[in-house]
Amino acid sequence: MLTPEQIETKLDRILLKVQKPGRYVGGELNSTVKDWDKVQTRVAFIFPDIYDIGISNVGIKILYDQVNQRDDSLAERAYAPWVDMETLMRKHGIPLYTLESKRPLACFDLIGFTLPYETLYTNTLNILDLAGIPVRSADRDETHPIIIAGGHSATNPEPMHAFIDAFTIGEGEEVIHDIINIVQTFKRSMFKRYDLLVALAKIPGVYVPQFYETTYLEDRTVAYTQPTIPEAPNIINKRIVGKLPPPPVKFIVPNIEVVHNRVSVEIMRGCTRGCRFCQAGMITRPVRERSVQEVVDAADQAVRATGFEELALMSLSSSDYTYVNELVDAISKRFEGRKLTVSLPSLRIESVSVDLMDKLKQHRSGGFTLAPEAASERMRRIINKFIPDEEIINTTRDIYSRGWKTIKLYFMIGHPSETIEDVQAIVDLCKRVIDEGRKAAGWKVKLNVGVSTFVPKPQTPFQWVSCDTRDSILEKQALLKRQLLKDKNIKLSWTKPEDTLLEAWLTRGDRRMAEVIYSAWKNGAKFDAWGNEAKIQDAWLPAFEEHGLDPAFYTHRQRRTDEVFPWEHITAAVRKNFLFQDFRQSLEGQIRVDCRLNCFACGILPTFANLRRENPGKGWKCPDVKSPVTVTTNQLPVISDQVPVVGD
Amino acid sequence: MRARITFTKQGALRYTGHLDLHRLWERAMRRAELPITYSQGFRPQPKINLAAALPLGFSSRGEVLDVRLNEEIPVEDISKRLKDSLPPDIHVISVESVDERAPALQTQVLSAAYDVHLAEPVEGSELTRKVEELMMSESLPRERRGKTYDLRPLIEVLCVVTEDDGIIWLRMTLSARDGATGRPEEVLNVLGIEPEYTRVERTRLIFKE
Repeated sequence: MLTPEQIETKLDRILLKVQKPGRYVGGELNSTVKDWDKVQTRVAFIFPDIYDIGISNVGIKILYDQVNQRDDSLAERAYAPWVDMETLMRKHGIPLYTLESKRPLACFDLIGFTLPYETLYTNTLNILDLAGIPVRSADRDETHPIIIAGGHSATNPEPMHAFIDAFTIGEGEEVIHDIINIVQTFKRSMFKRYDLLVALAKIPGVYVPQFYETTYLEDRTVAYTQPTIPEAPNIINKRIVGKLPPPPVKFIVPNIEVVHNRVSVEIMRGCTRGCRFCQAGMITRPVRERSVQEVVDAADQAVRATGFEELALMSLSSSDYTYVNELVDAISKRFEGRKLTVSLPSLRIESVSVDLMDKLKQHRSGGFTLAPEAASERMRRIINKFIPDEEIINTTRDIYSRGWKTIKLYFMIGHPSETIEDVQAIVDLCKRVIDEGRKAAGWKVKLNVGVSTFVPKPQTPFQWVSCDTRDSILEKQALLKRQLLKDKNIKLSWTKPEDTLLEAWLTRGDRRMAEVIYSAWKNGAKFDAWGNEAKIQDAWLPAFEEHGLDPAFYTHRQRRTDEVFPWEHITAAVRKNFLFQDFRQSLEGQIRVDCRLNCFACGILPTFANLRRENPGKGWKCPDVKSPVTVTTNQLPVISDQVPVVGD
Repeated sequence: MRARITFTKQGALRYTGHLDLHRLWERAMRRAELPITYSQGFRPQPKINLAAALPLGFSSRGEVLDVRLNEEIPVEDISKRLKDSLPPDIHVISVESVDERAPALQTQVLSAAYDVHLAEPVEGSELTRKVEELMMSESLPRERRGKTYDLRPLIEVLCVVTEDDGIIWLRMTLSARDGATGRPEEVLNVLGIEPEYTRVERTRLIFKE
């Protein structure tokens, strides 16, 4: 295997031939370079897209710090090289290496991928290949690193089951230590990879796919997935932390320009809103908040440690943070006169949000972002993001009249039971917003409209519904373009139907999808998140055909109410019958209020009763647990034979 | 105050370009809590001026910048504060206070000195012969971006250095005035050396008195 010196020498010969060579050399402030020979366990964390995007990922940062805080371990990083660099690396025999020590990935004990979205799957295969590590789990032996993966995509790990040795389900802060401890125990002596994987499978929240088998019904749907060894659990429950650990503050400062140069401080994890399309809102429960003091202190330390000009206060729904007013006051006070842009994403559509942004004294040039997601009140009931039209108009008028020139509105098309009238409603609402804006603030006002397409995600109330068809999506997008682009001050952006379909196949896939991913990668698919229609035609569709699978089976099929999903053995602790009830309510246009107001027994509390008891009080937004509760496993819902009527 | 900082740029930072370096210094000074002066206007810019852009891939032992600060700070303090605020491959050599009214740093650069280390061993006498031939010539017409220019007057010093252990490398000083900037890779091309197989280090910038 090449030494770091050999790799550096080879790099010097090629780096001036690639775009932005600074992506490939490390040396950033706040990166951690430890003595390789003084630790027992070496971990490489990978964000499988380019450096420019991956560097600001907070998940990797959290885990990097967790591991580097241990005296017995080190963590380093790698990203996907862009196509120009990959070509030269392959030509010159340079294996993918980490930025800190320039060692080949194959030298590490453990490689951890973060998979926040599914379009990183082909890159993951490509990275393993570029590192000279067998792409398939079955082809690896004791000389190879253990390949783990986590992130929101692990909610349905099945499409990647053939390539990843162990998935972590849920939050990684604690489970990473359990995994390192096991790897360390085994690597001290001669060990069998099989035994090590069995030990990993026993860790709560760890899923080792090779110890499970899926049986299919005649109609090609899943009959069941069950363990093949007694040590592996039937159901893998996600891991969570009872209390959010201190947020990372020593963010890595890149030496080149990247997409997000900013400090991110997570103010709250989880969401109580219950929007039915939102996977993050379902799988990151329960809500746990940090104190204002902790957030402000961390932000201050992080800004001092990085010199970044921007601070993002991260959560799924800033307005729902209990002390949002106090937080905004404290932040404005602490950073007064320090040339810092503060972003507070995901604000509710109400005038209070405009007050909050006002207090942060932000540049009005940045635009104000709101996400109604649907434009008709009927549709907003279905998706459980109910806001009356008037509230949207009043809020946007207020934003324009307080000096913001641009408002960004995010919508989705393709929601269950959506008609062309619901799409027309997007046009009508946008026109009203800009008309009212003009009345309030004159002709300079601008409106940017972003319209993405709904994908029915696993572990959500909409997991039963079918995707919108390509033709229907195109028709809806044509209507939006035809009518909205007439106004010179309205900008429209949308997602290509091909990109939506690819995401949908990958998120809904079963184990058979693994071969499709493998073939698509062999056919040249990579950087799928970057959008490329030709890749669908040239790489993905032939891959489906090669393996005798119909893409529409995964995406354009109404699920029976008793269908077993490919991800049935993985749970984010939100019960299937809760999701199903919520789905039924959506069919009836019933909204469910914020669960801070009323606990709907989604399943989090019985699963994590002990954690809740150990962390009483206001940190969690679930009711307190007093008496011991027996933990119930993920029960299958009692369901009638009636097939839902939406989503065809 | 106006402070002049001389610094090194090596290792991974060889691959950080001019604009990114500007940004890097701004952040480093923010971390060091130095009160940078910003320009007025819609998008205030920090008043940091780098003397001369260093080509990507070159290391340097002597880059120079000027920064304007809102307060008078002892130069030793600036130096001390920056020490812990810079990425690993950049080091401050010196900080001095400069007359506010002195002309802009970029207009004062005359020439730049470089050391060129060769990755592939070369025949010393052959290289010396080529260097002598080059220095003897009246003119060296070269083409760059479709324009012809004369490289010869841009070369002020060019010599072959032979170490005790026989290792051979080149030392050169090239003009670095506005509109008359000599590039080490052009000189290497004339000498028949692939720039790809060399490692260039800028050793110092030479300014008007």
